[in-house]
Amino acid sequence: MSTTEFEARLRAALHPVEPREDFAVRLERGLVNLAELAADELEAWELSSMRDPRNWARPAAAAVVGAGAGAALVVLRMRGRHRRRRAQSANVLDLAERTVRDLADEARRLLP
Amino acid sequence: MPDEPDAKADLDRSFSELYRTHLRDVYSYAYYRVGNHHDAEDLTEQTFLQAYRHYERALRESDGRPLRPWLIRIAHNLAANYYRDRARRPESAIEDAAVISAPHTTETLVEGREELERILAGVQRLPDDRREALIMRFALGMDNREIARALGRSDGATKVLLHRAVKQLEGIVGENGADPTAEEAA
Repeated sequence: MSTTEFEARLRAALHPVEPREDFAVRLERGLVNLAELAADELEAWELSSMRDPRNWARPAAAAVVGAGAGAALVVLRMRGRHRRRRAQSANVLDLAERTVRDLADEARRLLP
Repeated sequence: MPDEPDAKADLDRSFSELYRTHLRDVYSYAYYRVGNHHDAEDLTEQTFLQAYRHYERALRESDGRPLRPWLIRIAHNLAANYYRDRARRPESAIEDAAVISAPHTTETLVEGREELERILAGVQRLPDDRREALIMRFALGMDNREIARALGRSDGATKVLLHRAVKQLEGIVGENGADPTAEEAA
């Protein structure tokens, strides 16, 4: 067999592998959630987080949110409440604190 | 700072496009590195999360060059950690990878499948850098320059690496189980 023929067989053996559809959908949804969270909730939180030890629960909650199966649900609920939090908040820092509290509560409620 | 939300939205849109364009590449690479779908999904997920974290900087520093080598390099580094952490090599048999789609008679189908399985088994026996170069070239269709960037080598060194990888694999497959280091020593 010539090298060219062998390379053709190699190409057939190492064919591209499609990920399972449910995995692709799950991953894309996770990335969208991450992007939205990063752009909105987390950005506000980062401005004020380390000033107040009460907010240090937020990274732990975020880690749980990022890893757990209930992550999408937490994020969806957080997104759903965002408008209400924004309306209730006096300023960005207030919004950040409300977001942190809400997320921690939601994560505690939904995740093991 | 009125432009920041727009810039962030643009960045996310751009990342989303990168994800859709290269999901199959990253997954294929991961699959042939780890040998099963479960770990390939883990590796793919970690690769895109890592990429998202550093995307803005990568975009800035890429200077317009394609980002596929950067993505594959992330997967490559994560895979190296994966093996270091678990102290293991890829599983010897790649699950259900040798699928032949073209119609054949039963006999030729079996022969063809066996040959592809021998080739895949041979790929797993190659040294890491040669195996990776072959995966990038033949599973992902990357050219020498892209592979060089993903592996952090020069174009010339990559060309030599690929040539030697193919030759060594030919030897392994031809001898059907011969010592994979034989060609290296020669």
